[in-house]
Amino acid sequence: MQSQEAPKTNDILLEARNLNKFYGTFHALKDVSMELKKGDIKVICGPSGSGKSTLIRCMNFLEIPEQGDVIFKGQKVEDSTKSLRALRSQMCMVFQSFNLYPHLTILENCTLAPIWVNKTPRKEAEEQAMHHLERVKIANQASKYPNQLSGGQQQRVAIARGLTMNPEVILFDEPTSALDPEMIKEVLDVMISLGNSGQSMVCVTHEMGFAREVADSVTFMAEGQIIETGNPDEFFTNPQTDRAKDFLSHVL
Amino acid sequence: MNGKFMSFIRGLYASPFSIAMTLFWAYLAFLTIPTVVNWAVINAVFVAEDGDGCSRSGACWAFIIARFDDFVFGRYPEAERWRIIVAFGLPLILALSSLIMSQKQRGKILFGSILLFPISVLLFMYGGVLGMEVVETRLWGGFALTLVIAISSIASALPIGILLALGRRSHMPVIALVSTTFIEVARSVPMITVLFVASIMFPFFVPEGVEVDKLLRTIIAVSLFAGAYMAEVIRGGLQAVDTGQYEASAAMGHGYWQSMRFIILPQALRISIPAIVNLFIGFFKDTTLVLVIGLFDLLNMVLSATSDPKWLGFEVEGYVFAAAVYFIFCFGMGHYSRHLEAKQKQR
Ligand SMILES: Nc1ncnc2c1ncn2[C@@H]1O[C@H](COP(=O)(O)OP(=O)(O)O)[C@@H](O)[C@H]1O
Ligand SMILES: [Mg+2]
Repeated sequence: MQSQEAPKTNDILLEARNLNKFYGTFHALKDVSMELKKGDIKVICGPSGSGKSTLIRCMNFLEIPEQGDVIFKGQKVEDSTKSLRALRSQMCMVFQSFNLYPHLTILENCTLAPIWVNKTPRKEAEEQAMHHLERVKIANQASKYPNQLSGGQQQRVAIARGLTMNPEVILFDEPTSALDPEMIKEVLDVMISLGNSGQSMVCVTHEMGFAREVADSVTFMAEGQIIETGNPDEFFTNPQTDRAKDFLSHVL
Repeated sequence: MNGKFMSFIRGLYASPFSIAMTLFWAYLAFLTIPTVVNWAVINAVFVAEDGDGCSRSGACWAFIIARFDDFVFGRYPEAERWRIIVAFGLPLILALSSLIMSQKQRGKILFGSILLFPISVLLFMYGGVLGMEVVETRLWGGFALTLVIAISSIASALPIGILLALGRRSHMPVIALVSTTFIEVARSVPMITVLFVASIMFPFFVPEGVEVDKLLRTIIAVSLFAGAYMAEVIRGGLQAVDTGQYEASAAMGHGYWQSMRFIILPQALRISIPAIVNLFIGFFKDTTLVLVIGLFDLLNMVLSATSDPKWLGFEVEGYVFAAAVYFIFCFGMGHYSRHLEAKQKQR
């Protein structure tokens, strides 16, 4: 059905069409559209308050856009329990402030959703969780509680927790912004290795080194709008707009 | 320990003001303590046949000792009182057994023992099964009755409070309105009126022939009343949980009930434990109000014993005894809650 009307977009995993989001009277997203191909890594950057978080949170309906559509694997996302469950069980999110469950151990953090959302048997869920914790090199801390770990370790656990759902796409909202400088690298390394393994991701980040190294496209936002989108080489060496030039001169 | 004691001693004479306070309290103690000790211990009578065996210059603890069993068991038939001990003993043993369990299982076992409590009270105290004859609830009394009312109503107030708190925060307007109205109405009437409604007016509301046990009505009324207070405490806990927790659980695909059950409520309840224990202490003491609707709880048993012709005129002893029992239990609970709070801070 999808292939009939738009065969070209077959490999598009996630798409935002003309999203508009209002907080009260404040127009936070102004007609924003973007798309993510399967296996691609998109970096979104822009000054603080430009609507990056709002956009990425509309992708999994943590914020519900007033106008416009989010289309995931060819299906329009509806604000219904069923549609959201289908969406969120295939898409995970990594937050700036980690948001691990403080009353559960690292292992329990990583098995809760598989067991209760995907109905995976506990034993299997634990094995898979250990596998993902190994991937982020933190399996030896599985029985600890989140606040016994450093920020970088917590963020890696948060990534592992997301991976346990075998997500089609991972949304990152400034995953390294709350970290001390010496911990940023360990998180970025995990993200880079995920990207290299073909994981589709949307990353709001100011880590331009990361964007250069692995991003397939960079989107620059300001004041609730997408100002320009390009491949990283073009964007960094030859930004098209003054806004982006100005922004890059501040972050690079 | 030693350091604490030394700094306490030093605090007694740290400044002219502390010296003045120390002298003032010492004088007050000098005036009162000997009198109290004389009355309560030195001149007190512990063994006596009846009131005539007691002197007026000392406490008549013989009265308390003679009627002690009635204060504990009320007017429950003497030959059947073992059933009360079993009814309370089973859940208590289960609860105590949790002490040797791991942290994880402890919570589940404590929860199970609270669920077991009403069942074992119904089976053993009420009877009618296993060859035990029925003992009507109007014969129940004493501290056993106090505990039955307090534990059952607070234990049911917790789920009621959780539902009301969630209801009040619900996005569905009707549910939010109903919950809010219930909470606000319940919190703005005195408990004594609720008890009167449950005991005296309730029969007018139900069709003829329908009878609900008075004790059961009381417990339901107190549960709903306490549930409204519990709701506000839990709502505070829910608000204190970081919004990131709601977002993370939603983003992981958990629906409303899963995210409440596994992520939000465990944290909210943990935050609310001190306030919940405070509520429990408050309602535990407020169960004394059931005497106005003619239930014979500990206080009412003590009061009625003071008009026993054999032991006339020992109200003071009775009140002191009842106060001491309430003090021991409430102090113990307060202590336990501070212990839980301290343990929670370590995390
Ligand atoms: N829940 C909210 N209520 C009101 N205003 C909001 C809310 N969330 C974000 N905003 C506003 O929307 C704008 C975009 O926010 P955000 O998407 O968080 O920006 P960014 O992530 O790019 O820093 C900001 O001006 C912010 O103040
Ligand atoms: Mg942001």
